[in-house]
Amino acid sequence: MSFPRFLLTVALAVSCTAALADNFGDPVAGERVFRKCKSCHQLGEGAKHRIGPHLNGIFGRRVGSHEDFRYSRALVRAGTGGLEWHADTLDTFLEKPRAIASGTRMSFAGLKKTEDRLNLIAYLRIFSDDPANIPEADPTATATDHNLDPAILALQGDPEYGEYLSSECTTCHQADGGDDGIPSIVFWPEEDFVLAMYAYKNKKRAHPVMQMMAGRLNAEEIAALAAYFTALEQ
Amino acid sequence: MTLNRRQFIGTTATMAAVLSAPMVRAQGKPRVVVVGGGAGGATAARYIAKGSKGAIDVTLIEPTRKYYTCFFSNLYLGGFKEIEDIGHTYGGLAAGGVNVVHDWAVGVDRDAKTVALAGGGSLPYDKLILSPGIDFVEGAVEGWGLSAQNAMPHAYKAGSQSELLKAQLVAMPAGGTFAMVAPPNPYRCPPGPYERVSMVAHFLKQNNPTAKIIVADPKPKFSKMALFQEGWANHYEGMIDWIGDDFGGGTVSVDPNEMTISIDGEVTKVDVCNVIPAMKAGRIAEIAGVTDGNWAPVNAADMSTKADADVYVLGDASSQGDMPKSGFSANSQAKVCANAVRGALTGSKVFPAKFSNTCWSLIAPDDGVKVGATYEATPEKIAKVDGFISQTGESSDLRKATYEESEGWYTGITTDMLG
Repeated sequence: MSFPRFLLTVALAVSCTAALADNFGDPVAGERVFRKCKSCHQLGEGAKHRIGPHLNGIFGRRVGSHEDFRYSRALVRAGTGGLEWHADTLDTFLEKPRAIASGTRMSFAGLKKTEDRLNLIAYLRIFSDDPANIPEADPTATATDHNLDPAILALQGDPEYGEYLSSECTTCHQADGGDDGIPSIVFWPEEDFVLAMYAYKNKKRAHPVMQMMAGRLNAEEIAALAAYFTALEQ
Repeated sequence: MTLNRRQFIGTTATMAAVLSAPMVRAQGKPRVVVVGGGAGGATAARYIAKGSKGAIDVTLIEPTRKYYTCFFSNLYLGGFKEIEDIGHTYGGLAAGGVNVVHDWAVGVDRDAKTVALAGGGSLPYDKLILSPGIDFVEGAVEGWGLSAQNAMPHAYKAGSQSELLKAQLVAMPAGGTFAMVAPPNPYRCPPGPYERVSMVAHFLKQNNPTAKIIVADPKPKFSKMALFQEGWANHYEGMIDWIGDDFGGGTVSVDPNEMTISIDGEVTKVDVCNVIPAMKAGRIAEIAGVTDGNWAPVNAADMSTKADADVYVLGDASSQGDMPKSGFSANSQAKVCANAVRGALTGSKVFPAKFSNTCWSLIAPDDGVKVGATYEATPEKIAKVDGFISQTGESSDLRKATYEESEGWYTGITTDMLG
C-alpha cells in the first residue's frame, strides 16, 4: 500500500500542537473511510486519474482544474466560478456531492457522519501539504454542521407561489431545459433543488448571481420553488 | 352527469372565487391592453395570458412586426451577431393566446377606458399596461434632431438604426474618427454606451486599426467604469479618448451637415457620429397623462401609476426607484405587474413583489462582465436589497464563462418574453 506512514506521524505530531487540535480528524480512521473512495480515486505516490481524478494536492486546488481529466460540466463551472477545495467545501461535497455540483458524475451518495468526513479530510490533507508548511497551509477545520434541518426538507411548498417565483428563474434559465451558458434547472429531484438553493444561500456554491437570488429566498419560498419544479416533471 | 362530492366542492369553490373577484364584469371577460411589445410589454402580455388560462382577454399593441432587441445590438455592431440573430417575431405570443395588433397607440381616454389606434378604431380596457420604452428629449444635443438621425444615428432603438450605424462603421476611412455623444442620467441601459464603445473598438481594431474613438460624456462617471477602463487599456490601448464632464464632455454641439462635433468649444471633423441624446418615457405615456416630467411615476408593489390605478407603466418609461432601465428590469417588473393585474381581475392569489436585474456587457472576445442586484417594493419606491459586480483583474476563464452566461441569458429572456 502506498500510504506514507512517516508523513502520517509528522502530521499527527503537528496537529497535536495546533490550537485546534481537539477538532482535527483522525487520519488513521480517515484511511479506513477512504476505502469507500478507492474504487474511483487514487491517492499517494504515483497516483493517477482513474474513474475519478487523483486526489494528491487537493487542498487549495480549484475545483475541476486537472487539465488532463474530463470533468462534468457542472464541476468545471463550479471551478470557473471560483470554488476551491478546502476543508469546508470538501466537507459539503463529501456529505452530498450534488449540493456542490448538481451535475457531478461522482455517483456517491455521501458520508452522513460528520466524524467520517472529518477523518477523511484529515487523511486527504496529508497528501496535500509539505509537512514543513502545514502550519501555513489549510487548517483542517471542524466540519461545520450544514445538515439541512429535516423540517426544512419536509416543508411542503405552495406550487402556485412557486410558479410565480419561478418566473424570476426563467429570465435566465430556459424553461424547456436548454443549458447553453446557463445550466438547466428543470427535472431536478426536489431534495437536490432544495440542497442546491441552500448551498447558494449559505455561499457554499460560488456563483454571485445565484448567491444573491437564493440569499433572499426564505424556507417557504425555496420549498415553493422546489414543489413547482418537481410538479413540472410529472 | 352526476357530480361526486369532490367535483361538487371544487365547483362551489371555483364559483365562490369567481363571485369574490373584485372586477368580474357582467358580460364578457376582463380586458387588458398592453402597449409596446418589448421586454416589459411582451412579458406582461404573455404572463397574463398564460396565468389566466383564457380568463382574461389580452391585446398587445405593437407597431413593428419584428422586434429587434436593444440588448445584444452592440454585439451586432462588434460583429459577434448578425442582425437577424437579434430579431424576433410575435408569432409565439399570438399562439400563446395574446391578440397581437400591429398598430400605433395614439391616444388614451382614461375616463372612457379606451386606447385609440392610428389605424382607426379603439380598444376598451379594464387594465392598461404601457411599456413604450424611450423617446428622446428634443433639443438635448444642440444641432441634433430626428431629421439628423440618418447622418448621425442614435442606434438606441435597435433595428434599422443599428444597421445604419454598422454600415457607417464599415465605411469609415482608414484612420478615421468615430465620435459618440453619451447621454445624461437616467437613460436606457446604463452600461450600453460603453459596451458599444468596446464593440466599435473591437471592430476597428480588426478592420481599421489606426482609427480613433472620441466619447463626449456629460457624466463624471458611468456604469462599470473601472471594468470598462481596464478592458479598454488591455484591449484597445490608445484608441479610445473618453472626455468626461470634468473636461467639458457635457458641453457639446454637433453639425450633421459638416459632420463636426464641438466639445467644450473645440470643433473636430468626424467620420461617424453616434448621438445618444437625453431620454424620456415613450410618448404614449405622456399622452395618457401619467408622466411627471420625463418619466411615469409608479407604485412599487404592482407598477400601477401614481396618476391612475388602472394604468400601469413598465420598464424604461417608468420612474420606480433604484432599478436601472434595462430589458432585464422591464421583464422582472412585468411579472410583478402581471401577477397583480391577474389578481385584480380574476381574484387569483397575489404574491409579494420581488424584482431583480443583471446586466452583462462584452468588452472584447470572451471578456464579459456583469453587474446585478435584487430589489423589493417599499411604500416609497423599488428599493435595492443586495447586489454584486464583476471585479477588475478576474481570470480569463471567468470572463469567458460570464460571456457564455450572457448568451444563455439572451436565449432565456427572449423565450421568456415571446414564448
